[in-house]
Amino acid sequence: MADVLERVTKIIVDRLGVEESQINLDAKFKEDLGADSLDVVELVMELEDEFDMEISDDDAENITTVGDAVTYINSKN
Amino acid sequence: MSFSLEGKTFVVMGVANKRSIAWGIARSLDAAGARLIFTYAGERLEKNVRDLAATLENQNDPFILSCDVADDAAIEACFNSIKAETGVIHGLAHCIAFANKEDLDGDFVDTSRDGFMLAHNISAYSLTAVAKYAKPLMTEGGSIVTLTYLGGERVITNYNVMGVAKASLDASVRYLAADLGKDGIRVNSISAGPIRTLAAKGISDFNDMLTQIEERAPLRRTTTQEEVGDAAVFLFGNMSRGITGENIHVDSGYHITGN
Repeated sequence: MADVLERVTKIIVDRLGVEESQINLDAKFKEDLGADSLDVVELVMELEDEFDMEISDDDAENITTVGDAVTYINSKN
Repeated sequence: MSFSLEGKTFVVMGVANKRSIAWGIARSLDAAGARLIFTYAGERLEKNVRDLAATLENQNDPFILSCDVADDAAIEACFNSIKAETGVIHGLAHCIAFANKEDLDGDFVDTSRDGFMLAHNISAYSLTAVAKYAKPLMTEGGSIVTLTYLGGERVITNYNVMGVAKASLDASVRYLAADLGKDGIRVNSISAGPIRTLAAKGISDFNDMLTQIEERAPLRRTTTQEEVGDAAVFLFGNMSRGITGENIHVDSGYHITGN
């Protein structure tokens, strides 16, 4: 499922305006990638669209790193 | 008789991103040939609005400016700038609401005084404040459209203080319509069904609301930005010239259901 990381990376680059080189599985959206709370909500919505899934509020709260997002998506697919 | 709005200028307040209902309205207005002015809330959203506005087919370098609706002086300055830019406006889309996230979950009875005031200030009073400063620019008559929601008429789980603010907004529409009618200005609202916007995602368990609409609304589907945008064009245009103080539900008919 390597392409999950690729697709997630593309969304993060688009939404947060960060360089692809800044993105790794341990990168935290808020602390490392400069996202504010609205950015995080936008990211979650983009992920829902990209992977055609619903991410519940509780699950979304636990997605704080790039790796969390990839793991979550892989677990649902 | 046509839906063309060529030669008319409209102010769209409240675009946050591509999912915003305000953006749906802007696209429908653009398709109808209207000239658009955008206001945004806070520097954070400026780039979003500028990038989106650049994608519209019929706008040539649209006027885009900040407007903090919590600040009367800022609203006055905003409309002074608009007046300097265009002189006359023919309509305004008010697509603005805010409440603290903690007030959109749990029990309404726990709403704090500050949370209550904030929701009413931004989501209800702002319409009156904006109408006051827009009115002098509507010298050829005008149409003001705001966005409300069923949660102002009935209890919707988790909508809480925003529902009470929408009830205030609905009453404001009626009083403003009564005041401004003599100036040829109409004031109406659209009650859209739930749409997956940034603001809506602040409501706890929002995805469940969409599922319920798909199962129960007469049209068996959720509301789209385009549906709301097209209804707004109707309310902005000559075809609706006899309508003011009205609320049109654009919600797949969900509001008529009783179970």
